Amino acid sequence: MKSNRHVVIIGNGISGVTCARQLRKLDDQVNITLISGESKYFFSRTALMYIFMGHMKFEHTQPYEPWFWEKNRIDLKEAWVSSVDFDLKVISFQSGENMAYDDLVIATGSKPNKFGWPGQDLIGVQGLYSKQDLESMEALTSQGVGRAVIVGGGLIGIEMAEMLAYKKIPVTFLVRETGFWNNILPKEESDLVGRHIREHHIDLRLEEELEEIISDENGRVRAVQTKSGDKIPCQFVGLTAGVSPNIEFLKNTPLNINRGVKVDLQFKTNLPNVYAIGDCAEFLEIPAADRKPIEQVWYTGRMHGETLAYTLAGKPTTYRPGIWFNSAKFLDIEYQTYGTVPATWDEENCNSFYWEHESGKVSFRMLLSKKGEILGVNNFGFRLRHEFFDKAIKEKWNGEKVVSNLAKANFDPEFFAPYNIEIQKAFNSQFGTSIQLEKRSFIQKLFGASV
Amino acid sequence: MKLIQKIGILLFLVGIGTFTLIPFLGSYQLDKKTVLENTKDIHQEKMSEVLEPMYGEVYNSNFGFISAFKTNFNNYNDGLKEQSLWDQVIWDDYSFPLAKAALSSPVKENPWLFLMLSIGLAAIGGLLYNLPKHRDEPAGVKNNGVFHSAMKNRGWMGMITGAYLILFYIILYWFPAYIVNLVSMVDPVSMILSGNPASQWFLYGLIYTLAILVMGIRMFRKYRGNRYQQLRTASVMFFQTAFAFLIPEILVLFNQPYFDFKNIWPLDYDFFYDYQIDTFLSAGGVGMFMLIWGILLIIIGVPVFTYFFGKRWYCSWVCGCGGLAETVGDPYRQLSDKSLKAWKYERVIIHSVLVLAVVMTLLTIVNYFSGFSLLGNVTNQLHSFYGFAIGSAFAGVVGTGFYPFMGNRVWCRFGCPLAAYLGLVQRFKSRFRITTNGGQCISCGNCSTYCEMGIDVRWYAQRGQNIVRSSCVGCGVCSSVCPRGVLKLENNSEEGRINELPIIIGNDSIKLNA
Repeated sequence: MKSNRHVVIIGNGISGVTCARQLRKLDDQVNITLISGESKYFFSRTALMYIFMGHMKFEHTQPYEPWFWEKNRIDLKEAWVSSVDFDLKVISFQSGENMAYDDLVIATGSKPNKFGWPGQDLIGVQGLYSKQDLESMEALTSQGVGRAVIVGGGLIGIEMAEMLAYKKIPVTFLVRETGFWNNILPKEESDLVGRHIREHHIDLRLEEELEEIISDENGRVRAVQTKSGDKIPCQFVGLTAGVSPNIEFLKNTPLNINRGVKVDLQFKTNLPNVYAIGDCAEFLEIPAADRKPIEQVWYTGRMHGETLAYTLAGKPTTYRPGIWFNSAKFLDIEYQTYGTVPATWDEENCNSFYWEHESGKVSFRMLLSKKGEILGVNNFGFRLRHEFFDKAIKEKWNGEKVVSNLAKANFDPEFFAPYNIEIQKAFNSQFGTSIQLEKRSFIQKLFGASV
Repeated sequence: MKLIQKIGILLFLVGIGTFTLIPFLGSYQLDKKTVLENTKDIHQEKMSEVLEPMYGEVYNSNFGFISAFKTNFNNYNDGLKEQSLWDQVIWDDYSFPLAKAALSSPVKENPWLFLMLSIGLAAIGGLLYNLPKHRDEPAGVKNNGVFHSAMKNRGWMGMITGAYLILFYIILYWFPAYIVNLVSMVDPVSMILSGNPASQWFLYGLIYTLAILVMGIRMFRKYRGNRYQQLRTASVMFFQTAFAFLIPEILVLFNQPYFDFKNIWPLDYDFFYDYQIDTFLSAGGVGMFMLIWGILLIIIGVPVFTYFFGKRWYCSWVCGCGGLAETVGDPYRQLSDKSLKAWKYERVIIHSVLVLAVVMTLLTIVNYFSGFSLLGNVTNQLHSFYGFAIGSAFAGVVGTGFYPFMGNRVWCRFGCPLAAYLGLVQRFKSRFRITTNGGQCISCGNCSTYCEMGIDVRWYAQRGQNIVRSSCVGCGVCSSVCPRGVLKLENNSEEGRINELPIIIGNDSIKLNA
């Protein structure tokens, strides 16, 4: 491997940036170029909503100051890639320029799904993924929007609903399923979030689908027609029915693509010196039993980048994800999950423990194997420690051990209500165990913290 | 906005407007008796002579009176200075007591009425505005629109507010004679508390305390459902009202030295000044207790409490400057500079102030015990330099006046020598840290944006590293605004406090260190 080789990374999202940073740590010599047409400097995509709502400005979402890239000798190229010549190892930009590479990393992320709905390309209809999407949404909702409709009940959908609510735009939220995000969340959790959505005066309509988006005389959305026959007048439509790999420019090349760029567990494509990571990569075989061929989460993107950097630095490394974890925030309610808690499970093989606070906004679920070993947890409205559950799940603790140690798992700020005690009571009563209840700390007693 | 909040804003503006107009009311008339009553024995004769041309004249504005006073007074002093008769020059500034005594105004005659119309209306207006806040919303992070606000994002409202504050501090520190009307207005309150007429410092203390209380209520509303934020806000409200405002005044009522039991050297930079020591030593058992208490806080209180809880025990739970920053300053916390460059400046400046304060104090003490034979009056000049540059200009004018420009902790971050001392303990010997929750960080930037101390919290959080920084005042807002539950303020064993955890838990492909 020549020491001054040129590694070019297309895409400066979390996957590409992590890969570049990690590679620089491992290899002082290699030339690294990060390409992005979206934004010269890396920003946190997950924070776009906060810019819209005025919590932050765009520059606040950039985790590194501009000097960082120079100091670490990571070249930034602000341009859109139009095509790649894999034989000549040359990238062409829309501007007409070219760039040669020795190793190429494709980390181009996703784009919002459009399922061929009539009217999906009208003015006022968009998804939310990129910085440009945010700018478009800001422009489209600056005035004259009396109502907005959001189609598709996932994480971006609820973010968009919250954003529009900030502008006091009434929102109708069309969700095809019987509960919000209930392909991921079990019924109770899905209901919990659904209630909270309605508490925020968002018109959540379950089992409702988009039929057609209707145009006015200027090609702008005027109304949405639903499958149940409702016609909802609106001036903005958010399409948030998932995302798919952003690999348009790689079609009809020697590169093996399906929904995403096909890669093995070392992120190698079918072509030498070409790799793909993050949302745009599709594994030939799934990396673990509980994983999907396309992983579209911030955290997995980071792990992909981190792992590939080792391979690029001459230490071939296979992607072996550990215990699954994820988190989100639904309006005011935080959600974390560790391990495996699917939306539904086989009662034959699993026991579920579920506790919900009387407020209906705090809950804890633990899924157990029939042997009583912890498989995973969902927690809403309070915080749990990642390290604790990573260990508990890896070491297959039984549920009783987990619950009796819950105080150690607590990650809520000081003086917050001691939910762990309520959870222990509920666990004892469901499973007939006699776990010694944890005591409220002196401070909690002093300040009267109770659930 | 609800109607009641609109009324609140209106009342607040009327109150501020009245407050601003009051200094221009009334007239000033000086006679010999007043001069004799308000000057030191050694100056009585000269002053009554120097000011003679003013007797009987009626001045219709503070400007006219003060300008006449200055003309006469400076004529006299300048003449002596030209002849180098330094020992005859009068160095005391009598403009404030004389202006206050010479004043006759409706404010002086009806102090309670004007107090209600100015500070009273502003406080009531503030409460009416704050109390209904977020009433119809579920508890949660309330940062909507912060960067779209003309007040909170260096817009025109922030500019006006900052300019007003700066002007107020300049007048308060260096030109108090212009606001004797306002001081007279709070005389009756001062008489009730301490049995003495008010000084400009009493006026300041009253406004300061009310501001913390009214904006503390705002914090309760904003952080509904967050007990950490509510408790520490209640704590600063209590310490300001009781320890900083009421107790010192009541001590004076009982003929004891004015003393703030929670103010600690070197923030309380004149604690070891000769006149302070003399006061303590001449006040019997109580004075001795104050002296010993103050010293114990410095040598035992600070290190022990900071070891167990971090510097937050003081900076965001007890301190008066911190109290103002955390309540009145809370709307501006996002304006602090997070750049690496700012951090470099911060370290140099704050530790320089600490060194300056320590050197000044040591010289003062040595000089005191040597019976002023060592340095004579040099320490006095050092004191006036420090008082002017650090105590007034930095802590007051910049520290508070710059809230709307540079965030609410400019003084605490760049200037406070006590914060520097607490910070050294926190950095090198403490159980306090902010832990990050494994791999859950999404680098969104809310924590860094809302860190009033300008710490780039995200830098640590995204690599799974604990945050151990001398400047962290433990306000806990990074943890409050984190949308993924990543940050937690903790006191725990020192082992592993400065950690080198794997970057992300959950990737078994590799194990690496931050």
